[in-house]
Amino acid sequence: MATRRPPRVAVWKFASCDGCQLTLLDCEDELLAVADAVEIANFREASRAVVEGPYDLSLVEGSITTAEDARRIREVRAQSRFLVTIGACATAGGIQALRNFADVEEYRRVVYARPEYITTLASSTAIREHVAVDFELRGCPIDKSQLLEVISAFLVDRVPNVPTESVCIECKRRGNVCVVVAHGAPCLGPVTQTGCGAICPAFHRGCYGCFGPMDSPNTAALIPLLEHTGMTPAAVRRFFSTFNAAAPAFRAATESVAEASSPP
Amino acid sequence: MNALTVGEKRTLERKDLAHLLSALRSAGYRVVGPTIRDGAIVYGEIGREEDLPIGWTDRQDAGTYRLERRTDSAVFGFNVGPHSWKKYLFPSRERLWTAHKTGTSFEIAPEPREEVAFAFLGMRACELAGLDVSDRVFDGKVHDPGYHARRTRLLRIAVQCGQAGGTCFCVSMGTGPAVRRGFDLALTEILSPARHYFLVEVGTEAGAAVLVDVPLGPAEGPDTEAANEIVARTAASMGRTLNVDGIHDLLLSNPEHPRWEIVARRCLSCTNCTMVCPTCFCHTTEEVPDLGGDRVERWRRWDSCFNLEFTSLHGSSVRKSGLSRYRQWLTHKLAGWYDQFDTSGCIGCGRCITWCPVGIDITEEVAAIRTVPSKPGAKP
Ligand code: SF4
Ligand code: SF4
Ligand code: SF4
Repeated sequence: MATRRPPRVAVWKFASCDGCQLTLLDCEDELLAVADAVEIANFREASRAVVEGPYDLSLVEGSITTAEDARRIREVRAQSRFLVTIGACATAGGIQALRNFADVEEYRRVVYARPEYITTLASSTAIREHVAVDFELRGCPIDKSQLLEVISAFLVDRVPNVPTESVCIECKRRGNVCVVVAHGAPCLGPVTQTGCGAICPAFHRGCYGCFGPMDSPNTAALIPLLEHTGMTPAAVRRFFSTFNAAAPAFRAATESVAEASSPP
Repeated sequence: MNALTVGEKRTLERKDLAHLLSALRSAGYRVVGPTIRDGAIVYGEIGREEDLPIGWTDRQDAGTYRLERRTDSAVFGFNVGPHSWKKYLFPSRERLWTAHKTGTSFEIAPEPREEVAFAFLGMRACELAGLDVSDRVFDGKVHDPGYHARRTRLLRIAVQCGQAGGTCFCVSMGTGPAVRRGFDLALTEILSPARHYFLVEVGTEAGAAVLVDVPLGPAEGPDTEAANEIVARTAASMGRTLNVDGIHDLLLSNPEHPRWEIVARRCLSCTNCTMVCPTCFCHTTEEVPDLGGDRVERWRRWDSCFNLEFTSLHGSSVRKSGLSRYRQWLTHKLAGWYDQFDTSGCIGCGRCITWCPVGIDITEEVAAIRTVPSKPGAKP
């Protein structure tokens, strides 16, 4: 049997906080097995040594916020056999996509002492809006075991087993007491994709929606429930407008709650 | 020394409840039962009697649950919570086997089965009925070795409900509140200003065996009468009703009823109803390989008919709309189960009503379909 060259993996960063890349570094015990199974050819967060492409698997963190990045992602795509986006920034535009609903020019003038140094696009967009993406791994940040699942699925050419169901099912498998029913707390779990292991409800907090919309989110049914827990319409809009604000289902939910009733 | 026979009754003073617990432990049982956690009464390990929700109760309605202090110190003065006993017999996650690579082939090692002897303390009448339903699913035509190993030595210590919960409808389903069969021991808690005690009924020899060294008193006519009265009061104060007359045909002949559309607008497809239901058994399996590809584990986990991926065949789901998923759940639970298991899938515990975040009520949905059945072939 001919020995196959280990698959070459690259990790790329766009507009992001590095948290998802750190998840890969955080796989302490598993990292040796990962390093055995693949050649980490380009991972600047971990090592300066860079092996030139092409790459068998590119993990892409971050969103596209500049013209330069919009060009660079096309280069990455051209060098990658499989391209997997990781995290809320790469899959939905991240928290920085709040700019999509605001006046970026005004931000630039107000926030920066020398606004002329800042070149930026008016929006923060998911990678799939620029190039073809083979798999999207959600989360802010991504979950370590889901990342390992994606890598091992890639190694044997199968579809990753990453469920798209609600957080509630995981909450119940874990035996949590529902914070909505037992405490009247607001929770995005019923419309959010599982993956985190229902951490927040396990600590008596509602879900914040880090993994973005689940596969069939009925946000219209959840909004009256959120309001029933005491949230104002403005608070409901904010609840949907965090790390996955620009994910289509969450954006539509935000827009469906009347702006008029939010404070000026 | 008590040498009791099946069907005999005795009394157990409240102060002697701890003796029953230690008798269970010395007989080798792992005692699990109601305990307070995170603002609800859930099922967990019962090490000492203080682990039980003494003096607590729950107030339940569609989509809401609140833990409250009682004015007395009843030990079992509450109804069912978000957990059901299925979490012990059919755990939410279970490894089924492990395969190892051996050269060019592989070997499968089945999961070692340790026979646990659980004692379920505080099973309600509806839950005994639920256990019977689960037995038909996992230990009937289909034989599930894990379920069987955990079920075989199970000791069922029932408690008759001293009050009905806000979402209960066991009377309609013919499953309670009186505990009539399928128990090893049955307790009725009797609390009067003068005396706090339990009426104990022996259901099986295994039940009698744990009572051998427990201090018991005689059960007189008035004790049995008091217990019967408690259960009759509970039955009369049931929170909800569900008319099951001809329900199989009613549901199966109304697939286009406009009510499905109405409930689907409210339903989140969140799966909570199926997760809390003591009889819902749907699951999925997944293979978890290691990175080197030398070892793979097969795991089973709870799944739900409310999940889009649950009916994903060839890359697309058979039940795409929330409507089709809610309808599947309700018609299977209340009609399809009769064809499949010769029983209703619902035991009237009310959990799906309480723990539905938006408060969808199975009894209300059936009533709506019953009120205006659609003409055959009519479109919503
Ligand atoms: S706490 Fe949130 S995620 Fe958990 S079951 Fe309730 S609504 Fe769902
Ligand atoms: S369908 Fe609802 S009421 Fe019936 S057994 Fe299941 S959870 Fe209980
Ligand atoms: S009926 Fe309620 S608990 Fe069940 S899936 Fe729909 S919203 Fe969730």
